Amino acid sequence: MTTLAAADVSGFVVRAGFLKDTPYFALGGGEVVFLAGTQIHAAAHSGGLLAADERPDGSGLVTGGDDGRVVEVRTDGSVTVLSERPRKWIDLVACGPSGAVAFASGRTAFVRLSDGKEKEFAHARAVGGLAFAPKGLRLAVARYEGVTLWWVNTQGAPQQLDWPGAHHAVTFSPDGKYVVTTMQESALHGWRLSDGQDMRMTGYPAKVKSVSWSQKGKYLATSGANAAIVWPFFGKTGPMGQAPLQLGTRSDSLVTAVACHPKEDVAVVGYQDGMILLCRFSDNAEVLMRRPGKAPVSSLAWDRDGLRIAFGTEDGEAGVIALE
Amino acid sequence: MTTAAPEPTKQIPVTVLTGYLGAGKTTLLNRILSENHGQRYAVIVNEFGEIGIDNDLLVESDEEIFEMNNGCICCTVRGDLIRTVQNLMKRRGSFDAIIVETTGVADPAPVAQTFFMDDDVRAASRLDAVVAVVDARHVLQRLADTREAEDQIAFADVILLNKTDLVSPEELAAVEARIHKINPYAVRHRTERCAIDIAKVLDRGAFDLDRILSLDPQFLNTGHGHHHHHDHDHGHDHDHHHHDHDHACGPDCTHDHHHHHDHDHGHHAHDHHHDHDHDHDHVCGPDCDHDHHHHDDPHSVRSISLRAGELDPDTFFPWINRVTQEDGAKILRLKGILAFKDDAQRYVLQGVHMIVEGDHQRDWKEGEPHESRLVFIGRELDFDALKQGFAACAV
Repeated sequence: MTTLAAADVSGFVVRAGFLKDTPYFALGGGEVVFLAGTQIHAAAHSGGLLAADERPDGSGLVTGGDDGRVVEVRTDGSVTVLSERPRKWIDLVACGPSGAVAFASGRTAFVRLSDGKEKEFAHARAVGGLAFAPKGLRLAVARYEGVTLWWVNTQGAPQQLDWPGAHHAVTFSPDGKYVVTTMQESALHGWRLSDGQDMRMTGYPAKVKSVSWSQKGKYLATSGANAAIVWPFFGKTGPMGQAPLQLGTRSDSLVTAVACHPKEDVAVVGYQDGMILLCRFSDNAEVLMRRPGKAPVSSLAWDRDGLRIAFGTEDGEAGVIALE
Repeated sequence: MTTAAPEPTKQIPVTVLTGYLGAGKTTLLNRILSENHGQRYAVIVNEFGEIGIDNDLLVESDEEIFEMNNGCICCTVRGDLIRTVQNLMKRRGSFDAIIVETTGVADPAPVAQTFFMDDDVRAASRLDAVVAVVDARHVLQRLADTREAEDQIAFADVILLNKTDLVSPEELAAVEARIHKINPYAVRHRTERCAIDIAKVLDRGAFDLDRILSLDPQFLNTGHGHHHHHDHDHGHDHDHHHHDHDHACGPDCTHDHHHHHDHDHGHHAHDHHHDHDHDHDHVCGPDCDHDHHHHDDPHSVRSISLRAGELDPDTFFPWINRVTQEDGAKILRLKGILAFKDDAQRYVLQGVHMIVEGDHQRDWKEGEPHESRLVFIGRELDFDALKQGFAACAV
């Protein structure tokens, strides 16, 4: 038994999720809406909101916008400006340990430390994605032809992971052993950091735009096909030579968003037509969470207990689905 | 339970402005933005420079070429455009159209290809037209010095021959003749300080198969009411989700998404099968625009116009696929209106380098001759081979 409570929002839902237990919806129009008993609207950006990431402790949501600002929004509706790059579009943000925030515009990535100091990391080509390593203040920057790994607080040459093509989003496995990127050419690329071993994960009919690690990082669930493609990352060799799981296969719609349950081998899967399914890894059992709507599902997230799902679409349909 | 796909959202039209530094792109842009037309534009510029308009959807973007697949030219796209269009889609509803200003030295092909090759961009937007602003006083020198100037003219759907007040009538005539030789199919307008009715620049539907009406060379439109061509606008708004997207890459291209092994990226020698006899004494038709002086200009673009009656689709499609696969790098643009045997509808075709798309357009009209026309604009095209190949497709 599930209940779906719609949220009254409009525009492209850039990110839906929870800060601690409060559902939020970060909207392309510049607003962040919290469902805290009543709806609280925070005007994060004067223009468009392009990117959002949660603080690891759930204390705030950091967003970047086309007004050149990086701001932190809290569930009380407060908005704090963290940094400003006038006339630049801040379309990538990532929150790290120790209060660090990374953001990027064009070819430069910046890290703002908790004391407000900023460091610059220049690249030859545009930054495609940002992610902090789970441990240590280490930043992965996806770029054209690979990934650069920077130690934020130490001098010296960064580590380069090279692979031809344009790399977009980047993610570390929760154990820090693997770095995986989504690519322009409808594929994932991975590196095992211990020895730099390359891993190609291909066969997608569309670009991968959503990835999610399952509990303890055993699997990486991905969008971009007519099923959620779930790559095994346990064992010594990770996904090498292994076939991925395919969950929630449909003949008539592509998967656009995925989110793995925080405790169980279960993922919630969103589709191009707005449908949302709950899928279990072990037996591919499916439960319908939401019927098709008007627009592709653009964001999905579980709360920390794994009892509620926040969702949003490209056309302002959003809400919270509660299980049981 | 029904799982019908949602209504496709309307694609945002995109106009690409090309032209050498100083030709007047910024002047045209300022004109478009300042005119009271009720349209809201998102503008992507390479440099804020002298844009005198306060527009909150103005973004600066460094041109980023993505070579996706090891040198296959059709797979070269503009990464910055992909990203900017995706960002703009988060504010869908706050603008009606996108204008992309390119740098003076930009190759227009990757810009155009982005709108065909990237799924997200293709879903969100459609390329409306490539507009080249040409400086009447300096263009001949630019054409002599550079390849980009020629590419920009060859690629254009609309050409603004600007700064006409700074040249003599004789110079202007020489410039127009040169431009016509490179690209006789673009609509040309003479302007001073880019003064033009912007309806002649925007919403052209130049890549819209439904709006390919004729393939006759375009004559000059001076903007003084001498309309030698008709601005047809059917006013209908079809979705093109059913188009055959016939995209044939070269042998090196790993574009196919089903390769699960590592490729050898070595350079394959292309073997062009010119096993026919070259006939250099061919007779050209009345609308033949190709240049017979093959040695006067090493980087000369020319256009080729081919005509036939009804075609056999089983011969034509393999042929056009092979031509675009083998010679796509040389083909800047192609367009066709085709008559297939036993087919009540006319078929229209357009392409950029190796990307070709086509679709049935409408029924042949009563009494309309079932004639096939195919035009290529390109560099070092083998006229004889193309002519013979096309002729062999006729029934």
